Amino acid sequence: MILEVNNLSKHFYLHQLEREVHAFSDLNFTLSSGEFLLVAGANGVGKSTLLRTLYRSYKASDGLAWYDSRHGRIDLVRAADVDIALLRQEELGFVTQFLRPRPRVSAVELVAEPLLFAGFEPAQAEHQASAALEMFGLKRELWQAYPTTFSGGEQQKVNLARALIQPRRLLLLDEPTASLDVVARAALRERLEHLKNEGVAMIAVLHHPEDAAGLIDREIMLTSDLPPDAGFLEPEVAYVA
Amino acid sequence: MMATSVNDLILEPPRLVKHTPLLTVTNINKQYGQVIALEEVNVELYPREVLGVVGESGSGKSTLLRMLNLEENPDSGAYHLEIPSYQDQNLFELSRFERRQLRVKQIGIVYQNPHLGLRMRNSSSGNVAERLVVAGERNFSRLRAAAKRSLEVSEFPVTRMDDPPKNLSGGMQQRVQLAKAIALKPALLLLDEPTTGLDVSVQALVLDTLRRLQRDLGIAMLVVSHDLGVIRTLSDRVMVMRHGRVVEQGLTDQVLEDPQHPYTQQLVHAKL
Repeated sequence: MILEVNNLSKHFYLHQLEREVHAFSDLNFTLSSGEFLLVAGANGVGKSTLLRTLYRSYKASDGLAWYDSRHGRIDLVRAADVDIALLRQEELGFVTQFLRPRPRVSAVELVAEPLLFAGFEPAQAEHQASAALEMFGLKRELWQAYPTTFSGGEQQKVNLARALIQPRRLLLLDEPTASLDVVARAALRERLEHLKNEGVAMIAVLHHPEDAAGLIDREIMLTSDLPPDAGFLEPEVAYVA
Repeated sequence: MMATSVNDLILEPPRLVKHTPLLTVTNINKQYGQVIALEEVNVELYPREVLGVVGESGSGKSTLLRMLNLEENPDSGAYHLEIPSYQDQNLFELSRFERRQLRVKQIGIVYQNPHLGLRMRNSSSGNVAERLVVAGERNFSRLRAAAKRSLEVSEFPVTRMDDPPKNLSGGMQQRVQLAKAIALKPALLLLDEPTTGLDVSVQALVLDTLRRLQRDLGIAMLVVSHDLGVIRTLSDRVMVMRHGRVVEQGLTDQVLEDPQHPYTQQLVHAKL
């Protein structure tokens, strides 16, 4: 078992409004190597929040998330920040629908960057980055261009290439297929299948689960445990730029 | 529903990261008359790590930086750097001479105001070479070659290496400061609002240089800024300061996307 989640809860407290915003509470599930878990549920029920909490972009309110890292077993909820940073560098991957392109950094540089941080030779990093962009179908003439000017779909190809360029043991996928064309969608599915066969565990939130048809092993359903008039506030709206 | 205003979840000490921090600051306090500048501040910076420090003016972040650069002593507290022959030394107890030696070789700094870091009328290459001279190098051609290399690494156009900083743009001046700061491959690089006051496009380029440098040289950096964009671009972790205290710290994305402290929430909402 690579991940064991016990009674995981997350709520946000907005000091200015003196208000608590509920995301989810008392979640329990496990995940094994090579397993693909789909997180299902209505909009705003906290699916993305769950992924972000496991990645520690959000701080859990309570519970445990035992992760079996290469360095030993550790609770992702309470692990030191530097330990989480190490795991993100080596084992944990997060794939979002958003790319944060930086001015004057080319597509191929952006994709190669994680490899350079991991100590790869520049030539080899660039070679692998090009192959990844090729796979997701980004037009060759755009490889040296700056993604700040790309369309949403093209940015997403760069983003996927970057997010999936390094080997990972646990991948968190937050709507990775949103805004992708048919070719890129198929490429992504193929890539995920390959990773799954290599033993990578995955937890995904998908708008169209059919994009991952044949890959999904299990599903957990998140439901809102709030009374209907509790006025759920989507936390993303509150915090993400 | 019971509203708990503070997330009281306590993190564990590092278990996977086995090496000791490069920089450890313990319980620094500093008071100027009645004004508390720093109160019980603790800092840890690991090798190759970039730590951001945010806060408004008056939060104590610049005071902290001056202490880390050994320009000033706190009223109490200890400062350790994990580098050969200094390991067990509280750096605040060093003599003036020892401080100077340590700063020249192991601590680089880039100031917001280039006048603080550079001689504006000397040549840029001379400014960079000065560090090497202080460290004992006397051979002119070796000095020049080393200065040129350092300027190149900082992505400064070497055709202009003999221009004095006063004739250069703000972005270029910051690159000269950077070249000077890294000329001797210090263990620690301190950045004090390194891009504040630059045009947005120039700012992006300087930030990119800093990222590249950090990646290639693996220098541990501490960057002080009130600009959350700068912090997000550069730092792995961030410390939020207010009224001389650290009110929150965490992974950069966590602090910016799920801030816990009321002050951090206010800061993030105001700035993003």
